[in-house]
Amino acid sequence: MTIQLGYLSLGVYVASFVCYARILYAPNVWLGRLATVLLAGGILFQYYALLERSRSMHAVPYDDLYGSMSLFAWLLGITYLFVETFHRQRSVGGFVTLLLALWIALLGLVAPREGPAAPPARGPLFALHVTLNTWAYAAFALSFVLSLVYLVQDRVLRSRRLGAAFWRFPALDVLDRMARSSVYVGLVALIVGGVLGFIWQHRLMGRYTWGDPKVIVTVAILAVYLTYLWLSRSAQWRGARAARLCALNFVIVLFSYTFVNLYLTRFHRFF
Amino acid sequence: MARASSAGRRSAGRIQVALIGCSHRTAPVEFRERISFTPKQALDAADELRRQGILDEAVVVSTCNRSELYGVPTEVGITITEAMEDFVTSFHQIPRAELSGRIYRRIGPDAVRHLFRVASGLDSMMLGEAEILGQLRTAYGQALDHGATGPVLNRAFQGALEVGKRVRAETEVGARPMSIGLAGVKLAERVFGNLKGHSALILGAGRVAEQVVDHLRNRGIGSLRVVNRSFDHAAELAARMGGEALRWESLESVLGVPDVVVTSMGSTGPVLTREMLERAIEARSGRPVFVVDLGVPRNVDSRAAELYNLYLYDSDDLGDIVEQNRKAREAEVPHAEAIIAEHIAKFESWRAALEAGSIVDDLRDRFHEHREILLRERLGEMPDLPPEERERIMRITKELIDRVLDQPAERLRTGRGMRGRLGAIEALRHLFGLDGTSEDKE
Repeated sequence: MTIQLGYLSLGVYVASFVCYARILYAPNVWLGRLATVLLAGGILFQYYALLERSRSMHAVPYDDLYGSMSLFAWLLGITYLFVETFHRQRSVGGFVTLLLALWIALLGLVAPREGPAAPPARGPLFALHVTLNTWAYAAFALSFVLSLVYLVQDRVLRSRRLGAAFWRFPALDVLDRMARSSVYVGLVALIVGGVLGFIWQHRLMGRYTWGDPKVIVTVAILAVYLTYLWLSRSAQWRGARAARLCALNFVIVLFSYTFVNLYLTRFHRFF
Repeated sequence: MARASSAGRRSAGRIQVALIGCSHRTAPVEFRERISFTPKQALDAADELRRQGILDEAVVVSTCNRSELYGVPTEVGITITEAMEDFVTSFHQIPRAELSGRIYRRIGPDAVRHLFRVASGLDSMMLGEAEILGQLRTAYGQALDHGATGPVLNRAFQGALEVGKRVRAETEVGARPMSIGLAGVKLAERVFGNLKGHSALILGAGRVAEQVVDHLRNRGIGSLRVVNRSFDHAAELAARMGGEALRWESLESVLGVPDVVVTSMGSTGPVLTREMLERAIEARSGRPVFVVDLGVPRNVDSRAAELYNLYLYDSDDLGDIVEQNRKAREAEVPHAEAIIAEHIAKFESWRAALEAGSIVDDLRDRFHEHREILLRERLGEMPDLPPEERERIMRITKELIDRVLDQPAERLRTGRGMRGRLGAIEALRHLFGLDGTSEDKE
């Protein structure tokens, strides 16, 4: 059932991508709304897929690569939907839904689909800690996409060779604000998630672990995104330089999500 | 002021839209000026056309690029557009010979297609321009309020307004800027988004500057300053456009304020140097600035384009963009034509249903006419027939005709796909001589 729902959500994300991509070339209000509705539908189907998996595992699905990647994609979809609604801007939806579809297709190929054995019960605080941190990563992924679109748009404007889709993309100022919105979401989620993690650990062990590589990298992520927010308002950095920094910051997020989780940390190794 | 009532009053005739007009495609401006209508003249002409019995419904559309007269003829024939032309020549006191080759005539679906193409901006001087839709709306609204329209033109013009909206929403025909000034302003929006709350500085007070200021105002620019070597000219433009005029000497001190700078000055060398703009960006804490240089020779040092957060476009750049946009708009014409074809089909289907209803009324009238003649002849041969019997015979024959026609009337009213049966309706009309022909004529 989980697999079928996963495929269904993949299909709906692909349909949403087609609609978003189409409105870049031929504007159509209803097609734009359909794209948003399809994205919301994909998120809903994926929610049920995750729910099924959670029920079978009796835990939030983060203890295996498949569940964790799926949770990441779901939170990315939700964050984008929030940013799209807040900024009333659909034109980057094509990139996000393409990323979502590719991500889910990839996880279907590389990650084992069978749910792991039920993980040890760690309580709701821990589940919230992991979910919020995954959400932060998803929000940073969105800011990465938006910053890339910003850089492309900036380059096109400077080259003065405007393509067909140029007029459909958001203004640089709007892209900048959208990227910052998702970084704000990511930072709040990361801070709250981190604090909850510390509280959970203290309750369990009566102490805090500061030396774990995952904790160190998370602090580094916090620092680089706070620096981005600060620099993006300064005279020398605002604009394309800040967008480049935001895109580069995501490398550390990827490093934390993959290399640190898989090889460096003991405490945060779940799969 | 009598309301038009074409569908109800017209008999034994097809319901059609007829059009005569001239536009930038067929006549020079000197001729278009002579044939144009003021709003009051447009209503007077519509009244007069109906009073003379030429049209049942009429709308006159008159803009700087076209004067068109749309109507629903009381009787459709090949001479209707000639009658409309005669009216125009007498209304404007123009010799008939001058119309030759400058006036186009359309009737039926061709007239409706023309109206829909006009509403879509496909027939405009600048392909896809949006202003024509507002002008059509105004002309139609005034005619409607005046009682000059009826069901047919109401349907046609409402359809045209819908087509115009759809074409602009669903195709790129009207999407991209087609003038250098507007292209510059739209590009500025690609940097800042909405221009509300942003400021602009205009260097120069000539015609080009005025056009750009007009576009900036239309796009909601927050504040506007004008600098010119002649302060009086700057003050004049600023007063007209609701901006602030500044003295030439203050240029460098205010250069750090605006988000958009537009230059269109006559000068032999750059008016804005790289260094001046570098200082301006510093003064505005690195916030982006969009510079449009419309001067020839160029007013802005081209090296300024290398500055961080400065976007510089000159008239050649904007000219290239306008040319790209023109091609892109042309590529969208088939999509717009498809929308138009869809709406023409809808209109024709509606018209066929309306005609189908009217043909039964025409048939009924014709049968009753024959019945009365026949009864007069036959009853005249029976002088001894009591009056109550005569009355009975008359009632029975009337009932017979009504019964015979009730079923086809119902079928025509409720039947689907009337458009496909137009040929059959025409044949029926011809068969019973409802199209004005008779055996004698043939």
